[in-house]
Amino acid sequence: MSDTTQSGPVLAADGTPLKRSLNRALRLQKMRALALIAPLLLFVLLTFIIPIGQMLFRSVENDIVATTLPRTVVALQSWDAASGVAPDEAVYTALAADLHDAAKAKTHTRVGSRLNYETPGISSLFRKAGRKAKKWDVEADGPFKEQFIKIAKGWGDPDVWRTIQTYSPKYTNGYFLNAADMQKGADGAEIRPESERIYITLFKRTLIMSLIITGSCIVLAYPVAWILANLPAAKANLLMILVLLPFWTSLLVRTSAWKVMLQQQGVINDVLVWLGLVADDARLVMINNQLGTIIAMTHILLPFMILPMYSVMQTIQPTYLRAAKSMGATNWTAFWRVYFPLSVPGIGAGSILVFILSIGYYITPELVGGTKGVFISNRIAFHISSSLNWGLAAALGSILLAVVLILYWAYDKIVGIDNVKLG
Amino acid sequence: MAALTPISRKPMSLVLPTIAAAGGFLGIFVGASNGSTLMGLVIGAVVVAALGLFFIGVLKNEQLSKWISIVLVAVAGFVLGGIPGFILGAIFGWFFHWFTYWLYEGRYRARLLPYLTPGQVLWHYSFLVICGAIFVFLITPILVVMPLSFNAQDFFTFTPEMLRFDPEGYSLKHYRDFFTNNEWQRSFKNSLLIAPIATVISVSLGTLAAIGLSQSHVPGRRAIMAILISPMIVPLIISATGMFFFYSDIGNWLEGTLGLPKTFVGYVKVVLAHAVLGIPFVIITVTATLVGFDRSLTRAAANMGANPVTTFFRVQMPLILPGVISGGLFAFITSFDEVVVVLFIGSASQKTLPWQMFTGLREQISPTILAVATILVVISIALLTTVELLRRRSERLRGMSPS
Repeated sequence: MSDTTQSGPVLAADGTPLKRSLNRALRLQKMRALALIAPLLLFVLLTFIIPIGQMLFRSVENDIVATTLPRTVVALQSWDAASGVAPDEAVYTALAADLHDAAKAKTHTRVGSRLNYETPGISSLFRKAGRKAKKWDVEADGPFKEQFIKIAKGWGDPDVWRTIQTYSPKYTNGYFLNAADMQKGADGAEIRPESERIYITLFKRTLIMSLIITGSCIVLAYPVAWILANLPAAKANLLMILVLLPFWTSLLVRTSAWKVMLQQQGVINDVLVWLGLVADDARLVMINNQLGTIIAMTHILLPFMILPMYSVMQTIQPTYLRAAKSMGATNWTAFWRVYFPLSVPGIGAGSILVFILSIGYYITPELVGGTKGVFISNRIAFHISSSLNWGLAAALGSILLAVVLILYWAYDKIVGIDNVKLG
Repeated sequence: MAALTPISRKPMSLVLPTIAAAGGFLGIFVGASNGSTLMGLVIGAVVVAALGLFFIGVLKNEQLSKWISIVLVAVAGFVLGGIPGFILGAIFGWFFHWFTYWLYEGRYRARLLPYLTPGQVLWHYSFLVICGAIFVFLITPILVVMPLSFNAQDFFTFTPEMLRFDPEGYSLKHYRDFFTNNEWQRSFKNSLLIAPIATVISVSLGTLAAIGLSQSHVPGRRAIMAILISPMIVPLIISATGMFFFYSDIGNWLEGTLGLPKTFVGYVKVVLAHAVLGIPFVIITVTATLVGFDRSLTRAAANMGANPVTTFFRVQMPLILPGVISGGLFAFITSFDEVVVVLFIGSASQKTLPWQMFTGLREQISPTILAVATILVVISIALLTTVELLRRRSERLRGMSPS
């Protein structure tokens, strides 16, 4: 414009350059948004992210040997595990001193049970030796090698010493090796003998069963989502209740319902016997095995598949199908070449959601899975509450978490976490 | 829907074989439970076909033949299977009559497009049957639990008395047990205490954060969103493991250093854990509501001199309230239904209802669980209705037509 005489930057009403003023406003807006988010973010970080991080740390943490047996760890450094003979007197003297202190503080059994996870039998060596060591005078009662071997023969076994040496560093990958059915042998990591492999089997079973559950959810959800998306709104809403009611019903209610339905004296078997399809003495075994887990979990996770599929199918115009048919496509071609490709995002979203949910399931497999139908999560719970091998539980959890995070990332790429819808 | 296609009567060569096949199919089951499958099949097919022929060819009166069909098959059912047989028979009698006329009058065509081929019509109805079967699969387990909870015996299945509809077979004793048993009552009270507090925490923090997230310029929005949603995505067993380690340390510190009573600390731990688990649901529902929120309304309020707090409570909050409440209900049900985390971090005095059900299902199987299950189903129906009504209200407020 011609009457603009000033040549400097555009100014705001208060005389500051407009650019700076706008920047300040933007910064203020950002700060305000962050201030609103901050309390929740802090809360989630503190009570959720930190605990998860702590669990990850615990899966590699291993300072119990180094803190309880400091002198032994130092003395063992010069011992060559490959020599095949027990270490010399100096190591035993160090161990006697350590055990003497540890037994007084009553921590020797904890080291014992920690090492027992790696080489079964060590726990009792520590218990027996600890009882004696408490009364020893470390200065006067030597030499100790003979005395230790007299308490328990195991103390002369190089394997026991190798285990102590292997697990003396503060951090270990031992739990992860265990979780992958491996162990630290004489020369590095090695696969366990076939009879001792349980975790690989469990991981495989968890993956395969989750895939089966996801597959059956797709098969069952597709027709339902289709019919919901293609019916007039009033009818669709009515049918939607049948989908949402299971979704809102307590997980335990549904699991107990399946227990009622599937057990040998249960409703399904009773009906089959009454109809004469199954003999009374040959009732079907549908619970406490993989079939029970698959049926119950398919039912429980089905709404999570139907809802994303439905929201995608709602956006597909019915005119596309009619156009395809008017141009000569058969029913099948019109569906397979036009409708199905458009509905794939819904299938993808639902599948990832169902798969993520099912590989971490605990309650339902625990209640209807018996021994053959349990998942890796049941093993984690077992290590937390029964065997108390928390490091291994943390390692198993970390592996599971890694799998889930990869899937989560994929979900975010495909669907976007902002687009998750409920109900 | 109005009729799309003019209907015409179909030849008997189509009607009779079809109803005979249906009758034969049912006959298989009746026959199997009475000894001979093959006999059942043949008799079923012949009887239904004969009835159909009689109704259409001789009687020619739809109303009268309906009642004849119902009574006849019901009596046959009563002879074979007592009262349950009578009821099933009446239903099947009605069904066969309806099915016969549906086919004969060509009513099945009425609501379909006129140009469909017979194959497409057949596929249409088979597809409906498949969908019906899936809906049955979805809803049956929940429906089966309800009558079983009135069982007079301590069984998990229908007793002969129940099937005869004998009042002796039904009782309220499992409900009485639930309302008088200390264990159940304490766990119920625990659930009613923990869930609302956890909900209040997650709703208040979650709503604030959702409002923050919906502003136009938020640095690192995706990352923040990912962190806030993560409690929903991370498998519960992993959250529980992590919290198990963390909260036992925190608990020791609270009890040891601050000297707080043990029970109180236990409740705090469970409430905090449940609040975190409920947050993603609040975030998701409230951000979804805020997407449709007209930002100029807050500017208009500010323009007329309202400060941000007044604007929030008088303008924004009433409009997003439906979303906030349904998010809160999700958070509530998450906590009310949660068992893995409380199993790991709670102690016996924080035993919640799901925990009690879990131990009940695993150890001492008592039918009281079914009574509790029925009560919970009723609660979830109430919650579902509320959420649905709120959703419609929210869509109306946002000027969308409710769908």
